[in-house]
Amino acid sequence: MNVKKIALAGNPNTGKSTLFNTLTGLKQHTGNWPGKTVVHAEGNVQYQGQEYLLIDLPGTYSLFSNSTDEEVARDYIVFEQPDATLVVVDGTSMERNLNLALQVLEMTDKVIICINLIDEAEKKGIVIDEGKLSSKLGVPVVKISARNKQGIDTLLDTIARLLRGDIQTKPYRMTYQPEIEEQIKKLESRVRELIGHDYPSRWMALRLLDGDDALLKKLHEQIQMKGREVKSYEFGNAINS
Amino acid sequence: MHLSKVLKPLSDCSTGELFVIQELKLEGVMRRRLLDLGFVKGAEVSVLQRSPLGDPTAFRVSDTTVALRHEESSKILGEVLGGA
Repeated sequence: MNVKKIALAGNPNTGKSTLFNTLTGLKQHTGNWPGKTVVHAEGNVQYQGQEYLLIDLPGTYSLFSNSTDEEVARDYIVFEQPDATLVVVDGTSMERNLNLALQVLEMTDKVIICINLIDEAEKKGIVIDEGKLSSKLGVPVVKISARNKQGIDTLLDTIARLLRGDIQTKPYRMTYQPEIEEQIKKLESRVRELIGHDYPSRWMALRLLDGDDALLKKLHEQIQMKGREVKSYEFGNAINS
Repeated sequence: MHLSKVLKPLSDCSTGELFVIQELKLEGVMRRRLLDLGFVKGAEVSVLQRSPLGDPTAFRVSDTTVALRHEESSKILGEVLGGA
């Protein structure tokens, strides 16, 4: 059977692992990410006859690769391209958490925002209009409480509908200052020539503008691994020019 | 922003004061990191507590406590809103 890969991303202490445990139960495998001292956990879930493999990414505030954790999470989303990414956000601290959500939205179209700790948020008098948030972000938003197993069915149903293509996403993409947008445009078409349509070219262009050298190297390796006919000097020249 | 007001570094604030960030005098990775942690322009920061030796200091920003060294907090500029 075709197993669908679902990645769980989120800030530290948002109950991401609680959700992971609630969904997978004891069907988990843990270890380290290859070559990294970062814990890797994955587990299986069955829902309506479909098998899902859940990958619990390290909890991070950002995905700009300031640390090994961030690098692992970012590389997984960009290079491994899960069928969907759940961004678990803390309902009591939306402002801080949406930073990561916006970054994920720049990297992939297949995103579901999962507002966890909704019981805590309600206790604090925080009201979240998930419909409005969903239309602003262009992706489904589901309110859950992983601890109380609240909203889990809705979440699984949303995942299933997203993967079936019943839900179309149109992720919000930040518009930068005109100068930056102009540079993105210039780079993006060249990036696309090099890496094709399989990788998020706009996001890659942004990272190149940010001077992310490590990412360049990784991208290069990835392309070589996939046996694309991009010779290293051509690649280097295209980036340097 | 009031131009007449002189911006003051976060490190000069005393415990209990409420501060609004106007500017980060930092670049590169540390700037990125502070932005990720919620130290963005317009954010309110309250000074919670200084460690026994005076450095680092605990700050409250967007519902989380973050400790910063003088090295970083001295480069976060803004205005004091109130508190004591």
